[in-house]
Amino acid sequence: MTRLFPWVALAVFASIPLWLHDPYLLNAFITTGIFIIAAMSLNLLLGYTGQLSLGHVAFFGIGAYTSALTSLGFDVELIGGLRVVHEPWPVWTGLVLGTLVAGLCGYIVGKLSFRVRGAYFVIVTISFAEVVRLVALNWVELTQGPLALTSIPPMTLGLPGLGYFDFYSKQSYFYLVLAIVVISYVIIRRLVYSRVGRAMVALKENESLAVSVGIDVTRYLVLAAVVSAGIAGAAGSLYAHYLKIIDPDVFLFLYTITMVIMVITGGKGTLAGPIVGGLIFGFIPVVARSFAAPEVQWILYGLFMILIVFVLPQGIVPAVENLFTARSKAEFPASPKAKIQDAP
Amino acid sequence: MIEFLQHVINALILGSTYALLGIGLTLIFGIMRVVNFAHGELYAFGAYCVYLVSVLMGLNFFFSILVAILAGCLLGALIEVILLRPMRNADIDTTMLVMIGAMIVMQNGEQYIWGGVAKSVNTPFPEAPFVIGPFSVSSLSLFVFFAALLLIGVAYFLINRTKLGKAMRATFQDRDTASLMGINIQRIYMATFAIGSSLAAAAGALLGPVYVVSPLMGNIASLKAFAIVILGGLGSIGGATIGGFMLAFAEEIGAGYISSGYRDAMGFLIIIAVLLVKPTGLFARSERIG
Amino acid sequence: MNAAQPIAARPALSIEHIAVHFGGLVAIADMNFVVNEGEVVSLIGPNGAGKTTAFNIITGFLRPSQGEVRYRGTPLTHLKPHQVAELGLVRTFQRTSVFQSVSVFENVMIGLHRRGRSRLWDTLLALPRERESENDLRAKAHEILEFVGIERRANELAGSLAYGEQRLLGVALALAAEPSMLLLDEPVSGMNATETARFMQLLGRLRKLGVTILLVEHDMPMVMGVSDRIVVLNYGRIIAEGPPAAIQGNPEVIRAYLGQGARKRAGD
Repeated sequence: MTRLFPWVALAVFASIPLWLHDPYLLNAFITTGIFIIAAMSLNLLLGYTGQLSLGHVAFFGIGAYTSALTSLGFDVELIGGLRVVHEPWPVWTGLVLGTLVAGLCGYIVGKLSFRVRGAYFVIVTISFAEVVRLVALNWVELTQGPLALTSIPPMTLGLPGLGYFDFYSKQSYFYLVLAIVVISYVIIRRLVYSRVGRAMVALKENESLAVSVGIDVTRYLVLAAVVSAGIAGAAGSLYAHYLKIIDPDVFLFLYTITMVIMVITGGKGTLAGPIVGGLIFGFIPVVARSFAAPEVQWILYGLFMILIVFVLPQGIVPAVENLFTARSKAEFPASPKAKIQDAP
Repeated sequence: MIEFLQHVINALILGSTYALLGIGLTLIFGIMRVVNFAHGELYAFGAYCVYLVSVLMGLNFFFSILVAILAGCLLGALIEVILLRPMRNADIDTTMLVMIGAMIVMQNGEQYIWGGVAKSVNTPFPEAPFVIGPFSVSSLSLFVFFAALLLIGVAYFLINRTKLGKAMRATFQDRDTASLMGINIQRIYMATFAIGSSLAAAAGALLGPVYVVSPLMGNIASLKAFAIVILGGLGSIGGATIGGFMLAFAEEIGAGYISSGYRDAMGFLIIIAVLLVKPTGLFARSERIG
Repeated sequence: MNAAQPIAARPALSIEHIAVHFGGLVAIADMNFVVNEGEVVSLIGPNGAGKTTAFNIITGFLRPSQGEVRYRGTPLTHLKPHQVAELGLVRTFQRTSVFQSVSVFENVMIGLHRRGRSRLWDTLLALPRERESENDLRAKAHEILEFVGIERRANELAGSLAYGEQRLLGVALALAAEPSMLLLDEPVSGMNATETARFMQLLGRLRKLGVTILLVEHDMPMVMGVSDRIVVLNYGRIIAEGPPAAIQGNPEVIRAYLGQGARKRAGD
């Protein structure tokens, strides 16, 4: 039963563009899907390694800017008169580069910031995101600063000689986002159900004990940071080519908070958690916008966050699983019944 | 050289309010082990109190600052009782999430009530600056500087010379022993959060009229307060004071000689640099990382 | 099971002139001793004598102020704890000895980390090697649980086990890391007499496998029963060293330690 569930969910989501033609709702599904990817990536750090990274939006934004700039081209002068000119590349390379550059940033940030833990780690990650935001705001030559990068081309896939496919319609973009959701889900699932995932859970549970059996803590933390940042970068790239405009506000702390709320509401450290939480918070604005101003929505978010921590600290998914008793424990990677072969 | 000295003067004035902000945050972290994300919102709250009382109600400017400090104290106590007391045994990350929730509610509450447009506060001080030789300082800035120094002095006195302060320091040293010795930990926590909050509100009340009052001012203030506290070492009051002046100095120099757009980046660069070189802060005695 | 010295004593672990100062406090002063391959050595001494500190030094959790620790010739004092474990030197902990919120089986699977052969690509692409490696680990985990005698508890949460069984799981976890030498920190504290007896049998089986053992323990009958040699610490100094019989008769030890223990026992 539980093994079938991801496939059923996938089939339901895949059918959405077939019967849902309202562009506004389809748009909500696309942006929600993009944020679900980001939340899933954050969950790898927050839920599985137990590191509260509050600068996650930096990787999302870096992916967005890298991808946009790869496809738009740029011409900047660096310190010392060195001029760097980049001609526009095919858009799909932007997605790849956005993922890679974000992953690389994850590596650097991970290497540096995992030297500290707890409150210090949280503050370093926030600081990193703010520095990146200020760079995006002030390096006008590269990023247009507050004027935003505009006319970002839509996502195209293809190779020279084989033809190209434009993801211009909302339907096609929906499937693109869904595909990246599935790929990210599979990557994360395989990781957490493996030796790597066990190492992460071990160091979340008890770091001293984990190292005493020979687990190299820093290595797995950095690995989690790289994968997590890379996936967030891919989400950012999708975001940039969907909106076709990107400004330094993508780095706002509030977006990190949105991802955090999605993860903890759905259930950190569970595979389905970020998806459930993402759907809830992706669609609250859709429902609330008719009667509530944006700041009221945010107030509701904030209250909801406090409420969740007070009432349901484990999140929705574990709570629902507990309802179905210990029989369906297989969603926990830590469970002995965890099998790698049933990964989709 | 003259330009540099002018920057130093500006930094001293700014630093005095930063120190207030930092002392409040470091008290709360040191004693309660709570990373107070709502700190900047209490700062903004202080500024809005001054706007409400002195501009909208037309009452005395100095009185409005006093109101801001007291209201900050009350709001802090309220937050402590409602949000933090039930979370007493939760881990540090959980309380962090609760405080982030509080931050979002407060920030957007301000936006909802006051709107997004920044407000300016008129003061009874003359517009014309004091000019001493080649330097100029506005009389408002001078007032802010001395008022902040006075409040820092009050905070020191409170912590080092009063019975409450003694109990707070004991709790900081060892919560369990303090509680065994008959100190009412619940009360100490409430007092700590209230005092820390009123210091933040005071900083906002003093700086608000210098700049403008806006709903987003708390955002950046929270992060700056973190920078100050990390610079001085989490939990060290003397460190927070020095850290406040150092951050102001770095910002002034950064804005004056590098680029004004990166003024706010200085704090974060400092955080990153300090934590990578000496994670316990520059002035902390061997404090445990928590 | 009494003090039979190995015929050709090859040193496995050697502690050379180790000293630890915390501020002005001397936790350990010039400690020297050797544990030979296949030996069971106990480190005893009153509380605060520096036994756990010594464990922390050996396993890389703490840097000594001076001196060197070698395992099979390799200097350890600059290694990180996980690197020490990779050399085959694995410890258990006094208190938090298991991963509380995962199952017993999963605990051992975590412990088997070093044995896993799959690379990151195998995992991400679900290549055959990943499944082979996981199947191997699962089989090994069952084997270890059986060896320690808690296989019936495999699917229970580690935190829900009785105290004595948690200690056993702690040992299973350490065994999973494939140690050539085990450092056990008060393994039978909190166990009842039956459990302690069972644990002593387990130690016997471990030494038959050729695992060298360094033991910190307060339970004197057990220490006297299992040890080849005993090292006695007091105030960070070694005050005696030798086979159990010699230690039992050593007047200084009796004064420093056994006397105190005897008083405690009489007081009980």
